Amino acid sequence: MGQHQVNKTIQEINERIRKGKAVVVNAQEMIEIVRRQGKVAAAREVDVVTTGTFSPMCSSGLLFNIGQQPPVMKVSKLWLNNVPCYSGIAAVDAYLGCTEPSEDDPLNKVHPGRFVYGGGHVMEDLLRGKAVHLRAEAYGTDCYPRRELDKDITLADLPSAVMLNPRNCYQNYNCAVNLTSRTIYTYMGPLKSNCSNANFATAGQISPLFNDPFLKTIGLGTRIFLGGGIGYVIGAGTQHVSKPQRNERGLPENPSGTLMLKGDFKQMDARYVRGQSLLGYGVSLAVGVGIPIPMLNEEMAHFTGVCDADITMPVKDYGYDYPNGISRQLTRVTFEELRSGEITVNGKKTSTVPLTSYAMSLEVADELKKWIERGEFMLTEKVEDIPSF
Amino acid sequence: MQDIVKGFRKIVYLSFPPEVSGRPVVCNLTRLFDLSFNILKADISPRHEGTMTLEVSGLEESFHKGIGYLKENGIRITPVAHKIFRNEESCIHCGMCTAMCPTDALMLDPGTRLVIFDVDKCSACGMCTRVCPVKAMTLDLKDDRN
Ligand code: SF4
Ligand code: SF4
Repeated sequence: MGQHQVNKTIQEINERIRKGKAVVVNAQEMIEIVRRQGKVAAAREVDVVTTGTFSPMCSSGLLFNIGQQPPVMKVSKLWLNNVPCYSGIAAVDAYLGCTEPSEDDPLNKVHPGRFVYGGGHVMEDLLRGKAVHLRAEAYGTDCYPRRELDKDITLADLPSAVMLNPRNCYQNYNCAVNLTSRTIYTYMGPLKSNCSNANFATAGQISPLFNDPFLKTIGLGTRIFLGGGIGYVIGAGTQHVSKPQRNERGLPENPSGTLMLKGDFKQMDARYVRGQSLLGYGVSLAVGVGIPIPMLNEEMAHFTGVCDADITMPVKDYGYDYPNGISRQLTRVTFEELRSGEITVNGKKTSTVPLTSYAMSLEVADELKKWIERGEFMLTEKVEDIPSF
Repeated sequence: MQDIVKGFRKIVYLSFPPEVSGRPVVCNLTRLFDLSFNILKADISPRHEGTMTLEVSGLEESFHKGIGYLKENGIRITPVAHKIFRNEESCIHCGMCTAMCPTDALMLDPGTRLVIFDVDKCSACGMCTRVCPVKAMTLDLKDDRN
């Protein structure tokens, strides 16, 4: 880490949290603090910066166990509210992916499909305390004779339920436009013809991985806010890019770092776990994720001082290029420009449309801030690094 | 789907007196005026008074002619702009609806970064009800006579 003027440890910060003395700010407030006082003074004054994001995160799901009800059963097929779950694990364990549509969904037969209900909605319903219909089939064995199960369950009936997300918190993303002459419906939302709107995701300056671009404090074992409860980072997410192209601030210029997350589903709150129906695309889940960044030194203060003007994003055509695997970048824009409501692509003014709720992302960061201020949430030391250079 | 996006589209609420209820006037919108329609809700009361919420699309000029025709046939017509509602509890202020709203009734406030819904600007085109990922925008089909 070299020589720093400020050197704090996580143990010291936790001690201050325990005594109710820790100074905790959200990532938006931190921008001003670093600007006014400089990174060294900011690192001295602040102990923790809380970040947050609330966005559709397609690679999310629920790992659960349904318990046994004699005669016992080794489930081979399982549905919750008619949404298929993967049950090729143990006898009564299953995984519900948030993008799994309900089995009788008309999908895109009449384009654009509405995708009214799927895995993400089952998760939200469970958190809202609603009864969900469980149906299971088995072939029957000597030790597990039951062949069918049909009943209503609630979250409280499940012996265990863990949110397990293979890939969340994308560090940077594309801004999507459509250069073709017809409206298209994508996972980046609806894109009108002839580059009429530019859709962009992420919470920008308060997004977790923009505030710790080299994942210096985030790794396996980092305790986080997940869906309104406590969760953990359990490693790099799928598709994690450890050596992205970076700008002079160290911020990746393209979609790069990702995290794999888990958390006790039963503690979560439906406010931060919302089923999504993406017109013409499918079902997904918006998840609130908040990550605390400890101010170990002035370098971390510098990183968390990141603002929207520092972040740049590639603009890509989702009409022809993206579906055909062409990675052409039409232009680059800053996050600040995206927020202004209008950008210029190929000489044409294009209105910008956010897909990530900044208001909810900030709420997540503020919730986490409250937990830490109240001494209810202690920081953890990561046990293993996530490679990021 | 494309023509719906490009063409003129409006949702209207029709009430039929008992003597018209049995006649196929609505079908004539297609036959005589080349309009397409989608029945969102229809009811006939025990006294044979009918009500219907109709999504009509086609050329704007034909739309006005078609509506004129319905009126000539004794049908009462109420526009339903005030019938689009936002469930404030459900809206997550993501902003996706602003991509499709043709009238800027849904707009992002750059200061608070909340999505504002200005009912007065809404033309009840219904785009937001399709696009909103959490279905916070709904078309309320309640009969507002009672
Ligand atoms: S798309 Fe739906 S949830 Fe998002 S801002 Fe619009 S109304 Fe609210
Ligand atoms: S119905 Fe929705 S999309 Fe259409 S004008 Fe009203 S608010 Fe805008």
